Amino acid sequence: MRGANSAKWLAGAIVVALAATACSSGGDSDSGNGDNESSKARYVSINVGEPQKGIIPADTNESNGGYILDALFAGLLTFDEKGGIEYLNAESISTEDSKTWTVKLKDGWEFHDGTPVTAESYVKAWNWSAHIDNAQQNAFWFADIAGYEDVHPAKEGAKAKADTMSGLKVVDDTTFTIELSEALPYYEYKLGYSTFAPLPEAFHADPKAFGEKPIGNGPYEFEKWDHDKLIQVKAYADYKGANKAKNAGVQYKAYSTIEAAYQDLLSGNLDIIDQVGPTDLAKYEQDLGDRAIAKPYAAIQTLVPAFYSKTFKDIDPKVIQGLSMAIDRDTITKTVLQGTRTPADGWVAPGAQGKQTLDTDIFTYDADKAKQLIKDGGGVPGNKVFIQYNTDGGHAEWVTAVCNSITKATGVKCEGDAKPDFATDLEARDNDQVKSMYRGGWLGDYPLNGNFLKELYHSDAESNNGRFSNKNVDEAMAKADAAEDLDSYVKAYQDVEKELINYMPAIPLWFYEMNGGYGEKVDNVDIDWHGQYKLYDVTTK
Amino acid sequence: MGHYVARRLLQMIPVFIGSTALVFLMMYALPGDPVRALAGEQYSDPTQIAALKAELGLDKPIWWQYWDYLTGLVQGDFGTQIASRRPVAEVIADAWPVTVQLALFALVFTTVVGVALGIVAGLRPDSFRDRALLGLTLVLVSMPSFVLGRLAQYFFAFQLDLVEPNVSLDENWNELLLPATVLAALSLAYVARLTRTSIAENLRSDYIRTAIAKGLPRRRVIGVHLLRNSMIPVVTFLGTDLGTLMAGAVVTEGIFNIHGIGSLVFDALGHREGATVVGVVSLIVIVYLICSLLVDLLYAVLDPRIRYV
Repeated sequence: MRGANSAKWLAGAIVVALAATACSSGGDSDSGNGDNESSKARYVSINVGEPQKGIIPADTNESNGGYILDALFAGLLTFDEKGGIEYLNAESISTEDSKTWTVKLKDGWEFHDGTPVTAESYVKAWNWSAHIDNAQQNAFWFADIAGYEDVHPAKEGAKAKADTMSGLKVVDDTTFTIELSEALPYYEYKLGYSTFAPLPEAFHADPKAFGEKPIGNGPYEFEKWDHDKLIQVKAYADYKGANKAKNAGVQYKAYSTIEAAYQDLLSGNLDIIDQVGPTDLAKYEQDLGDRAIAKPYAAIQTLVPAFYSKTFKDIDPKVIQGLSMAIDRDTITKTVLQGTRTPADGWVAPGAQGKQTLDTDIFTYDADKAKQLIKDGGGVPGNKVFIQYNTDGGHAEWVTAVCNSITKATGVKCEGDAKPDFATDLEARDNDQVKSMYRGGWLGDYPLNGNFLKELYHSDAESNNGRFSNKNVDEAMAKADAAEDLDSYVKAYQDVEKELINYMPAIPLWFYEMNGGYGEKVDNVDIDWHGQYKLYDVTTK
Repeated sequence: MGHYVARRLLQMIPVFIGSTALVFLMMYALPGDPVRALAGEQYSDPTQIAALKAELGLDKPIWWQYWDYLTGLVQGDFGTQIASRRPVAEVIADAWPVTVQLALFALVFTTVVGVALGIVAGLRPDSFRDRALLGLTLVLVSMPSFVLGRLAQYFFAFQLDLVEPNVSLDENWNELLLPATVLAALSLAYVARLTRTSIAENLRSDYIRTAIAKGLPRRRVIGVHLLRNSMIPVVTFLGTDLGTLMAGAVVTEGIFNIHGIGSLVFDALGHREGATVVGVVSLIVIVYLICSLLVDLLYAVLDPRIRYV
């Protein structure tokens, strides 16, 4: 009797347990390796994590999604290592007055669903992307085009007045014109950004579904997306561009930590690693030999004074020059950053056209001169500076080192102002709550020096969070933007950069270097101007 | 018993509401705007941010958001991720099975090995093997799981070449054995020690002496009389352990690159994906609640004197 009773209770308990853990542990397990084809070309794998959002060109602005975009879409043009233009889908892009641009497309290109890539594929996609109702992250990239104000009014809460921008006109199947609201000699460069990719008709039927299963016109065709784990693309056989895939496809694998990815690289389960974590930096060149990659690219780290803060309000630029000279860039990049950065010698990063060596010593460590400059400039108010940074990005170590360097050289007290994550850090910048300086970082959108100057230091620039404002600089930039051709544009911005020495809108610290590597089963691995792998070039052994 | 279970299940409702409200408030109290953060260092259009917030209901006061969340939950809607716009239910359903599998493996390992070790040691208190067990468990208890995980990875994957260092995307069950063992290590030590002490104590009790005096075979004395009574504290521990194991998987999943609940919560916290965090935490709370209910019910099986009305 008692036994039966216990059994009944136990059964009851089991039922509850089963109900609680009722979950399908099945799931399909065919996350194949993709190498079932007998040909020698294999799939290449790389640790690129889950994109933030669906794959839509105008809504992707982070590097994970950017990698997938570059594989699936081929825009009008791309850039070579020296910052020059290489046409992809464009046959030619021409202008006479830098205001109206005529784009001719190559013949016979098609999307992966077989529909042709036409002028309409571009114009319709850009109009959709710029429209305020579609709330695309990169909509502002279309702001130069005439009629942008009508589809994307600047005033909060305003409704769009038109569905299309008046500046975009389809001439015939393979030709369209772009009219800008103002002449921009370098406009062609902007078109290299992945936001300007064409979209097939299928996109407009259901953009959200498209983001999950994108159809592009690029070297690779979308295969599958196993969320938070893997995205797989395969080489598109009929691709006509110069960057045709030399491998069978790419697997973008998400890893929970950089260290885990590195271990998979060592054990041969991963072909390419996009970043070596701090714990492995000391030994990765030893581990990988000549398969280790250490190469600079077009990105810079700066300290940006908040010109509204108590510390830097109405400051004499000499003080900022002094602070700059108090930072021992050589030692910090070598020791704390383990040689993963190159000391900066200007505001423009390598890889961008117009990068120059400035004739100045303000980027060289000199404690005596630093002290003198700060004294001459009237000193730092309160004799103390703060450096705001986010703790989730591995910045704490170098911020401490920079602070120590400043204090040791000049006696100015310096303290890190830690924010728990990037979101909080940005919030403080947006709301003008930076105590004195913040850690700035900039990765080039297109390889021209103007991109590193105007977007950051023009009074009206959106990313000018230090609120630096100087009439002379603004005027010089306006003049440069009105240059006749690209060469004079680049030269004019070189002059702007030289002038910045007198104003110090930010203290350049160092240029980024890509620290990656690859395994024994692949070859021809290299990075492009903004630090991304040229995966289409990678061959398998 | 039916009444008892029903009452316990009803009691779960306020606990559940309280805990989710707490997590909800904590997420809300964190500084930083997830929608703004999507734009990163780039320009972000305030109109667009406002529109996205309105669409996701993030512009309402917190109590309103919480009410929306609860009412959605009742209808099986866990909310939507801010960045990807994927339903949170789908995201969790992707990550949940592997963590449950991992935690169950760890639980089985803990139970079988832990109890076995505890019996072996407890039957001969203060012998050499008892001291050896105490030493071993001391090491396990004091070693953080990330150290143990890295060590295991180093020896088994790189030195002995027995396994791959990371769990592959297929998440085969045999790949989960090493991470499960690492995850179980701490609980294993506790279970072994609890069993050992309980057995050693009960060994000296009257009913065991009686059982031996009755001339029962040793196997029956230990297997039924001794073990059944000694298991009560162990079962109590194991019951809450499943929830702990799932929550503790954050570290282990990171080391072995398992795409489960642990890495999901970690990422979601970093990106301020409130709905995802609250969703996962709610599920773990439910597991805790159900496990403790199970433990209470199992008491009656182990000790028939316990009755629920």
